[in-house]
Amino acid sequence: MQKVKALVVTGNGTNCEMEMAHACRLGGADVVDIVHIYQLLSGEKKLDDYHFLNLPGGFLDGDDLGSAKANAIRLRYAGTPQGESLFEQICRFVHKGKLILGICNGFQLLVKLGLIPALAGSITQEATLTFNDSGRFEDRWVYLKLNTNSPCVFTCDLQKLYLPVRHGEGKFIPADEQVLQTLQRHNLIVAQYSDPKYKRPVMDYPLNPNGSMEAIAGICDQTGRVFGMMPHAEAFLHFTNHPRWTRENIPAEGQGVALFRNAVEYIRKNL
Amino acid sequence: MPHRIEIGLKKGLRDALGEKTKQRVQEELGLTLQDVRTVDVYTLDIDLSSSELELLAQGPFCDPVAQNYSIDRPLADDFDWLIEVGLRPGVTDNVGRTAREAAGLCIGRVLRQGEKIYASRQYLFKGGLARTDVEQVVVRILANTLIQRYTIVPAEEFDRQRGLGVSVPRVTGEGHVGVEEINLDISDQELMGLSRQRLLALNLDEMQALQGYFKGRDVITKREIRGLSSAVTDVELESIAQTWSEHCKHKIFNAIIEYTDPGGKRQVIESLFDTYIKASTEEIRTKLGQRDWCVSVFKDNAGVIAWDENYNLVFKVETHNSPSALDPYGGALTGIVGVNRDTLGTGKAAKLIYNTDIFCFAPPFYAKELPPRILHPRRIFEGVREGVEHGGNKSGIPTVNGSIVFDERFLGKPLVYCGTGGIIPRKILGEPSEEKTTRPGDRIVMTGGRIGKDGIHGATFSSEELHEGSPVTAVQIGDPITQKRMSDFILAARSRGLYRCITDNGAGGLSSSVGETAEFSNGCELDLQKAPLKYSGLQPWEILVSEAQERMTFAVPPDKIDAFLQLAAQMAVEATDLGVYTDSGYFHVRYGDRTVAYLDMDFLHAGLPPMRLKATWTPPDFVEPDFAVPEDLNSILNQMLARLNICSKEYVVRQYDHEVQGGSVIKPLCGLHDDGPSDAAVIRPVLDSMQGVVVSHGICPRYSDIDTYHMMACAIDEALRNYICVGGSLEGVAGLDNFCWCDPVASEKTPDGEYKLAQLVRANMALFDYTTAYMIPCISGKDSMKNDYMIGDHKISIPPTVLFSLIGRIDDVRKSQTMDAKAAGDLVYVLGITRNELGGSEYFALHDFIGAAVPKVDAAQALTLYQSLHEAFQKGLVRSCHDCSDGGLGVSLAETAFSGGLGMEVDLGSVPAEGLSRDDYLLFSESQSRFVITVSPQKKGAFEDCLQGRACAQIGTVSDTSQFIVRGLHGSTIINTDIYELKESWQRTLRF
Repeated sequence: MQKVKALVVTGNGTNCEMEMAHACRLGGADVVDIVHIYQLLSGEKKLDDYHFLNLPGGFLDGDDLGSAKANAIRLRYAGTPQGESLFEQICRFVHKGKLILGICNGFQLLVKLGLIPALAGSITQEATLTFNDSGRFEDRWVYLKLNTNSPCVFTCDLQKLYLPVRHGEGKFIPADEQVLQTLQRHNLIVAQYSDPKYKRPVMDYPLNPNGSMEAIAGICDQTGRVFGMMPHAEAFLHFTNHPRWTRENIPAEGQGVALFRNAVEYIRKNL
Repeated sequence: MPHRIEIGLKKGLRDALGEKTKQRVQEELGLTLQDVRTVDVYTLDIDLSSSELELLAQGPFCDPVAQNYSIDRPLADDFDWLIEVGLRPGVTDNVGRTAREAAGLCIGRVLRQGEKIYASRQYLFKGGLARTDVEQVVVRILANTLIQRYTIVPAEEFDRQRGLGVSVPRVTGEGHVGVEEINLDISDQELMGLSRQRLLALNLDEMQALQGYFKGRDVITKREIRGLSSAVTDVELESIAQTWSEHCKHKIFNAIIEYTDPGGKRQVIESLFDTYIKASTEEIRTKLGQRDWCVSVFKDNAGVIAWDENYNLVFKVETHNSPSALDPYGGALTGIVGVNRDTLGTGKAAKLIYNTDIFCFAPPFYAKELPPRILHPRRIFEGVREGVEHGGNKSGIPTVNGSIVFDERFLGKPLVYCGTGGIIPRKILGEPSEEKTTRPGDRIVMTGGRIGKDGIHGATFSSEELHEGSPVTAVQIGDPITQKRMSDFILAARSRGLYRCITDNGAGGLSSSVGETAEFSNGCELDLQKAPLKYSGLQPWEILVSEAQERMTFAVPPDKIDAFLQLAAQMAVEATDLGVYTDSGYFHVRYGDRTVAYLDMDFLHAGLPPMRLKATWTPPDFVEPDFAVPEDLNSILNQMLARLNICSKEYVVRQYDHEVQGGSVIKPLCGLHDDGPSDAAVIRPVLDSMQGVVVSHGICPRYSDIDTYHMMACAIDEALRNYICVGGSLEGVAGLDNFCWCDPVASEKTPDGEYKLAQLVRANMALFDYTTAYMIPCISGKDSMKNDYMIGDHKISIPPTVLFSLIGRIDDVRKSQTMDAKAAGDLVYVLGITRNELGGSEYFALHDFIGAAVPKVDAAQALTLYQSLHEAFQKGLVRSCHDCSDGGLGVSLAETAFSGGLGMEVDLGSVPAEGLSRDDYLLFSESQSRFVITVSPQKKGAFEDCLQGRACAQIGTVSDTSQFIVRGLHGSTIINTDIYELKESWQRTLRF
């Protein structure tokens, strides 16, 4: 059987690479490499050698020009020895049917690169993630209702998740009404902030921690293979990560692992 | 020609930053604004074509979905006041740096050294404020004039075509770079004048030692060979002042002190550090023998202990008080990234796994007039909070533990303690990871940020009180991303064995980092002209002592230098070869070909004459207060919970990332609604191991008013109690002592110096007594001795404060616990004896008393209790555990109940107590070594067996109502209230 190879990109302010790599291993990936972006830019490591690209959370370039913005520029403009930009390599990666998961800063990066939702066919930015309505960075756990009709391969068999958010710029805004409608029509809104019973999406703070439109916490592209969300799946891999593990019966495996397992299984079956 | 690009939010989108500003203006100044909007401004001092400008505006600067832009014309529209705030020339501009990098990539060329981008921000106010009000808003909230410049324009004066015009905050160099020679053959008075004038912070003995050295015949001859006269160069003078500063040499802790006790008995103490701190650790290590878990103590940037068979732990805590007083944001940010580098630069380099933050502020609601140069405590609070937020969050290090202490005297100087823990493999490439050295021939390499005038005189400045002439350049702003890149690089270089020694550039800059590491090889030759500068015009002495941030110094073996520099370049980390370590015995500094400093290493490091000081202990004359038991204890309990030192700090905690790195086990907030106050932190730094790291601290400056001996004892006990509360193991625990004192050297300015020094001696005595009793070796520490404010006749001294931090382990994190009550029907126990000990308590403070009976710690009894309780944890018998500290039993019981969302019924008559007949005293006494614990009824027998022979009693039960009911010593109900009302009191105070 084919070995599943996962790549976790780090550097320039990314900081969740260790736990994201751990999540890939728990999910069953055979090879998991944490690769510094310089290794990709210098050609020391090649994106083409992997099946599963992980873009972890952090503060790329300090989010100084807006979250993940400067890195989006780097990926588009910085050259590699192969003569193409990393962005072009990533596009090819998607085209070949491979998987990308962006969490928090990684999600912001995917959106700002235009890789999700990528509705128009051409890759341009169609949405953004901007400052929380509270004007604050916050660390708190949120209830996520998942769209069971979404094409997202990461969440295919899941209905809900309970995960932490840790961001200051997580408010999702689509470029216009049409983008929002298309997202809804194609079931590309994968995860929404919800009430604690997972009944309905909520706009009320703090259940919706940032004021995201339509309570959007995560979206995917139309293939379902490129997925990004603000909440940190890689931060809940073990029951002791749960904020109330000392008072509730929590299964030993953290809820975040399922996303990675689904990704690995998809790769095994399809690639 | 320079250009301006302005970026604003599209119409209809919410401006979160503007709204936050509007809210702060309302809350802090009581001024009502109709609307605040913000515009980001980039000033580009780069030659660009119009198409390039367009590309940059659209690309890196503007978010096409949320923002629009303008080039060289203003966006501002529909406002009453326009305020633009930018940094002063030379101040670290992180946004500008990132913008420059992105711009270079976009236009596809490498920008020249002088081509820069500067970031600033516009605030557009709508609402009828007078100009004086707007100025208030700017200086109180929007700008710190020490580091920022601002422009205020009313709408009617605004040029709608040109806007503000382009002004570039370029640093203009003074041109001439030179070395000054200073003749030391002068009178004592002139020597002291020199020390003051150049901010050397050296006393007469020290100045004379310096004078003596330069008179030496041998010294003169050797200097001549290097082309130097017998006069000291400014480079040498500054270098010595940094090396000999209180901050670097801990002169007070190493002084010869004559201590007189109240009975007139005299005792000579040769170095408090050696006598009490080091001696304690040595005694403990000897007793532990084979079991000794200390690996490296007091010699490196941080202490190192063993954790498991593969890893050691590293921990360091620093203070950054003086800079935080002047610029709270920059000071605190630099504090956290600075201590990060300490831990990072320990041994062969450690990976950083957590931060801790403990702040001491004046009350944020301070309403009296402020003395000159003092910022409002609310501003200090918010600035420090934000600085640590940016420093910690952006570095990807979880902030796991902390607290905030309030006392009006912290107006004089706020205390900002920042700690960082790390993990390091026990062996790296086969060598013990804690070992480092330099050898003759090794290259001296500096990595990270460039050198500017920032942070010049930081070490000497913090060795003085805050005064009129406190230098602006002592303030600096950290750059967490440059540092994060460097950290990534360091760990990569470590795994390839590319260096022999690493240390951080902190206080004293290159002078200290190279000077100290050159002690291994016994000499160095450094060329300052090679050092990368932020801008030209720096004098050689400034390059040597600048405390510009984000820099580490390495010793790189000559055969590794190419690989080292290449890896650094690939990882976008600037690295520069500045010279070579030698065995010449000299600290030799050149600027190009010219020798600018040539100092004997022995003199530089051992030439400092010890201080001789006197300490006299006269116990203060406090009496116990006399007031009736309040009738309404419901109301009193609510008032206690609302007190600044007791209330919820969730506002701050939420804004810190406390779970990045994925190993969080016990978070700072816990309970049914994730808002209860955890006692300590537990993390799993190795994700496939169940072993945890436990971190806690104790701090209780209020007790210092009565006796610093007991203050210290209580701080140690509090740290250990908190540690025990989450299941920490007594085996493998280590302590860090961080002393913050007011000037204890008797002088005209400090007439009570002998008393303050006696307070310091007594705290050290307690440190020895209690660390040895508890077997907690101290592995690292720091002192900050001049926490006073003095302008004119106005002097404010902080209360003597020690932060005692603990690091240790828990063998299996699944045996840990939180403080919230878990289930109705569980039994409530109190462990430890409550005594009539309300001296310095929050309860007496509520009634405006200090009192006399300060809490005392019975270490022998406490230790047996802690051992038994730990056994109960190991057996899984404890369902919640909370320590009793500020506000005593009453507060602890209430917190346990409302954090669990459960009611509680308890009987004070059952509490193990001695000498207490008042309900209020029993509820709020701050006797040490006590816990509130809940136990499931099924485990009652096993739990009580475990605690056999210890002070332990069941005092009530947890209920499924929301009622909090306390019966008093006479059997009647003295408190009957709702837990959510108590919680509201506890949360309301700091709900910003």
